[in-house]
Amino acid sequence: MTGFLIRRVGQVVPTLLFVSLLIFGLQQLMPGDPALILAGEERGDPLVLAQIRAELNLDRPLHEQYVLWLFNVLQGDLGFSWRIREPVAKVILEKLPVTVQLGLMAFAIACLIGIPAGIVSAVRKDRPADWIANGVALAGISTPNFWLGIMMILLFSVNLGWLPPSGYVPLTVDWRQSLATTIMPAFVLGTGIAAVLMRHTRSAMVQAMSQDYVRTARAKGLAERVVVAKHALRNALVPVVTLGALELGTLLSGAVLTEQVFTIPGFGKLIVDAVFNRDYPVVQGVVLVVAVIYVGLNLAADVLYVLINPRLRHA
Amino acid sequence: MSAIAVAASERIDSPTRRSLRRLIRHRTAMVGLAIVVAFLAIAVFAPLVAPYDPTRTSWTAIRRAPSALHWFGTDENGRDVLSRVIWGARASLLAGVVSVAIAMAAGVPVGMLAGFRGGWIDALISRFTDAMLACPFLILAIALAAFLGPALENAMIAIGISATPIFIRLARGATMAAKVEDYVEAARAIGNPRWRVAVRHILPNIVPPLLVQATLTIATAIIAEASLSFLGLGQQPPAPSWGSMLNTAQRFMEQAPWMAIFPGLSIVLVVLGFNLLGDGLRDAFDPRSR
Repeated sequence: MTGFLIRRVGQVVPTLLFVSLLIFGLQQLMPGDPALILAGEERGDPLVLAQIRAELNLDRPLHEQYVLWLFNVLQGDLGFSWRIREPVAKVILEKLPVTVQLGLMAFAIACLIGIPAGIVSAVRKDRPADWIANGVALAGISTPNFWLGIMMILLFSVNLGWLPPSGYVPLTVDWRQSLATTIMPAFVLGTGIAAVLMRHTRSAMVQAMSQDYVRTARAKGLAERVVVAKHALRNALVPVVTLGALELGTLLSGAVLTEQVFTIPGFGKLIVDAVFNRDYPVVQGVVLVVAVIYVGLNLAADVLYVLINPRLRHA
Repeated sequence: MSAIAVAASERIDSPTRRSLRRLIRHRTAMVGLAIVVAFLAIAVFAPLVAPYDPTRTSWTAIRRAPSALHWFGTDENGRDVLSRVIWGARASLLAGVVSVAIAMAAGVPVGMLAGFRGGWIDALISRFTDAMLACPFLILAIALAAFLGPALENAMIAIGISATPIFIRLARGATMAAKVEDYVEAARAIGNPRWRVAVRHILPNIVPPLLVQATLTIATAIIAEASLSFLGLGQQPPAPSWGSMLNTAQRFMEQAPWMAIFPGLSIVLVVLGFNLLGDGLRDAFDPRSR
């Protein structure tokens, strides 16, 4: 186990190094000179431009710029926002809890819908319940979540008037209002993942149901309910749990548009606003943080997989 | 029928042909194909099919509900929503196909190189692929599109680059599996140069999984293009695109819900078509995966 952990963590280092190169490289795609953007109305003044270039290390060769940038990042310094005029790390930390709340709610909804649907679909394989579950899952995968969000606002806010169409109230201020403002976006985010979870659960359950231990359990006269819940499901959930952890990364992607539709001031809205304000350090910072979270989740999923599967523990 | 005739007819039945027959019998895949072909036809013949000019405004017909004159209603500038949906199909399908073509053109050769050569080349390419996959698809596409600047062409490039690692990984895995097959060994043994073994012997054998992935990735790319256009990073106004139409529609939800309903339904339908076709292709080419 220790050997596995060391090897697995060792793989993460080069990956993160490449991630940093990739994100640093983004800056080079930018049309025009960042110093010109930053200088604003003083762009005609060569002294101001030179000063900005020196501050941002833009006057140094590219490889030096990268090393300096990486050195700062490793110390938690993600640069300075051009628009908000605050450190990028601080801005991101402020927005993160909002998206985490949204993400956790969405994930809970996804599990509540996806896993039972997958079980029913596998147990009733090739029968109407299976077809319906598969059809709904396919529709879920094919629907862009921002459009689903717009349609839900149309139904629940505009027509029925049950829920606020936009805005966000933190949990600490008023939990009821907080839930009211996040339930629709969480549902929108959750359904896409529910569809993926349903497919994973179904295929894992179908496989588990055809195993010898399930036949044995049936042969000794156990009720079908017990066979499904205690024998098949426990084994089938192993891959589902790990694949589920990876879907948390997809949540971050989905949050960008969902937060935009519901005007929720989280992580996703931050990157979009930064894109439009040409606040490139924030764009880079968000992508970097998301990538690190994603690599971490991948690692956690792999470790979890080995932990809950005793056969792999000694491999 | 004589034994020789039976043997001959069986010989003609190549694996590809058997797969195609399975595909034709696959009902949902054929539904998917029909949807895709229908949308392709609409996109190609948009000038003939669209009842109105998609960019012509009319101050006397602003936000009209669906009627016999305007089946999908009109938008905030009095433009015909049906005509804009039809022309929008061009942007969406073009973005889907072009970005996947970019991803395959970049990803397949690199993936084959990694799988074929192994060693440090493979290690380097694989770590780079991991790094790209570590950035969630849409976030990477948004970041790329942001740095490249808002335009449909840049959105396609951004989506294409973001989808490249999927094809690198797939081509690498398939090449590694094919590399150890007897026919590849044989091709090498008779002295074919490495590039010819890769192009003539391995490539044709890894086409099926690539085809399946391409079809499914077009679906993802269409959603991504709609997302970028929705954010204002794709097709620029007044040219119609489903994503940007939805962006505008959001502001008129109470007065003109039809502006939001029809472009969205079009996205769902065409993406569903590609997903059905992709799933069917996978079932047909790899019956074990069912």
